[in-house]
Amino acid sequence: MSAGVELDHITVRFGNFTAVSDATLDIKGGEFFSFLGPSGCGKTTILRTVSGFLEPTVGRVRIGGQDMSGIGANKRPTALIFQNLALFPLMTVAENIAYGLRVRGLSKRERRKKADELLDLIALQGQGDKLVNELSGGQKQRVAIARALAVQPKVLLLDEPLSALDLKLRQHMRNELRAIQQQVGITFIYITHDQGEALTMSDRIAVMSDGVIEQVGDGKAVYNNPTTPFVASFVGENNPFAGRVSQADAQSAVIQTSFGPLLGKNPSGVKVGDKALLFVRPESFSLSRGTANTTLQSHVKSVAFEGSMTHLYLKGEAKKDIMLTVGRHDQSRVPEQGAQCAVSYDPALGLVLPDGKMARE
Amino acid sequence: MGSRLIVFLVPIVVIAMFWLLARYESRKGVDPTYKSFFERNGAVLSISFILLVAFWLLFLIVLPYLYMVVESFHPKLPPMKRGGADDVVTIEQYKSFFVTPSDGTWNTNHMLAFVYTLVASVLVTLLNLVICYPLAYFMAQSGSSQQVRLLMLGLIVPYWINEILRTFALRLLLASRGLINQGLMWLGITDEPIDFLANNTGLYVGLSYAYLLVMIFPLYNAIESLDKNQIEAAHDLGAPWWKIHRDVVIPYAKPGIASGCTMVFMLAAGSLAAPQFLGGPNTLWFTSIVYDFFFQAFNWPRGAAYAFILLVACIAFVMAMLRLFNVKLGEAIK
Repeated sequence: MSAGVELDHITVRFGNFTAVSDATLDIKGGEFFSFLGPSGCGKTTILRTVSGFLEPTVGRVRIGGQDMSGIGANKRPTALIFQNLALFPLMTVAENIAYGLRVRGLSKRERRKKADELLDLIALQGQGDKLVNELSGGQKQRVAIARALAVQPKVLLLDEPLSALDLKLRQHMRNELRAIQQQVGITFIYITHDQGEALTMSDRIAVMSDGVIEQVGDGKAVYNNPTTPFVASFVGENNPFAGRVSQADAQSAVIQTSFGPLLGKNPSGVKVGDKALLFVRPESFSLSRGTANTTLQSHVKSVAFEGSMTHLYLKGEAKKDIMLTVGRHDQSRVPEQGAQCAVSYDPALGLVLPDGKMARE
Repeated sequence: MGSRLIVFLVPIVVIAMFWLLARYESRKGVDPTYKSFFERNGAVLSISFILLVAFWLLFLIVLPYLYMVVESFHPKLPPMKRGGADDVVTIEQYKSFFVTPSDGTWNTNHMLAFVYTLVASVLVTLLNLVICYPLAYFMAQSGSSQQVRLLMLGLIVPYWINEILRTFALRLLLASRGLINQGLMWLGITDEPIDFLANNTGLYVGLSYAYLLVMIFPLYNAIESLDKNQIEAAHDLGAPWWKIHRDVVIPYAKPGIASGCTMVFMLAAGSLAAPQFLGGPNTLWFTSIVYDFFFQAFNWPRGAAYAFILLVACIAFVMAMLRLFNVKLGEAIK
């Protein structure tokens, strides 16, 4: 059983500080939905509003169509997985998992049966009698998931649960979380500042900044067609070039940058004379000349070999370097540090957006 | 005096023990980088540490008690006869707690006072726990820092006033024509004054109040270190507030609860001022009896014997309780 979650013009204020302003969203039942943003962007506040620990200052949360105003966290069909997991250290693994059933008054036998089922699901068979602190980080993670699933929530809320794990385990747990979600089929709402997690796991992503939802879309949309400079610069690496628009039509626009005129797609309809930003991703460049308005010249500041690819840093506008990623097939053509070089990009992969706030480095 | 002199052998034994411990520790180091106590601190510092700790332990703690233990096994004698032929080792002082020496009947008076003291101390401890747990929880988990500071101040400031004054102030409040009775009568709740002192309400209030801080701080310390997320996790899993306390907060705070209860129980059972000034006329508190033996009857051996009976009973009771609630002694005294 899954349920959709609707945020209906949610605003949350703490005193004078607005943590979330006018967020409206429709998360479908059974969806794996991520909120992605830097710390302090309001994503955790949204999660706490959905789970019932916070009442929104303005607006409503509806879960499965039902208004949640005035319903406490213990009465909502949601379960939350905390960033630090918040497992109960004095209880065994099985007691932790079955705690939600214990407060619902299930008998010891039923609890044990359900706990064993869930231990199977998270591949920790036979470890129910261990104490939580005897488990490894990844195992604790899975116990936290099982504890949340035990109460059969319609919506599972996850607050950066993977941030405490090391890289390898984190990547492994991404797949596992996704698999568990598909197996149980309930709505997952996932909070993260790690765009890799958001892109690999989610059906859809909401990118947030300073309490505002900047863009909602699936991973490809958010990565390939960001609608604001913030999303373009926050999700993945991106090279911004600032300038004024010198030519524009419905498909494309040219902006005058310190590297000369550069061409890109124009999805947001900038007009001649507007201040605008052109974004070109590191992997969109090739080490060859193209047409005049897709080629730029600079000298190589540094080269970083990373095995499967090589990062090239060219001197850019002001202090910011232009970053290029070169795959193995082009490795022999990588220029030396200090060399002048000309690079170009496919104009379909250049993106012109109106000037605006970008993500902080 | 012969038997009393044994006491003074103890310092030598204890210092020798410290020294041996330090020696033993130096041999224990398997790790080549491990430094023994003497190597870490140097000879001068090491010796002064040992001497200082030994002095503290011996002259301020062990010797006085030990001297009293020895005293309790001797008869009461005028100073002239001490050390003479009559100064024998005897258990008559301990026996006198059970059997009255003058007529050989059961000493029900003292035994009842003893039981009453322990029972009343348990009640005071429970009362204190009930009062302090919500306060400590509020201070540790839900109050704003402003509120906590104010509450802390309100709790601590009364303790700047000395115990006698505090106790008498309570007595004034609770007296037959005191503020509380007048208030009750003015409100029409009662027609004639309630004798709070005779029915021992005063005693319980006074004792609870005297040891409020002793209970609050261990509780506060324990609850304060509890991760707020655990409380929220339990709530999120559907637990109402009282189940959160039953399943998460109280088990976590158990060592603090044990520590606070132990101290309050021990202090209440051994208290003197509150029972003297707030107890009813028929209330015989055991420490008052001990006090009278020392300072009214000048019977130090019997007073010492009574005091040790109380001490041993209290320790045994506390140990039994710790056992019952499955708390390790180390956790309770942390």
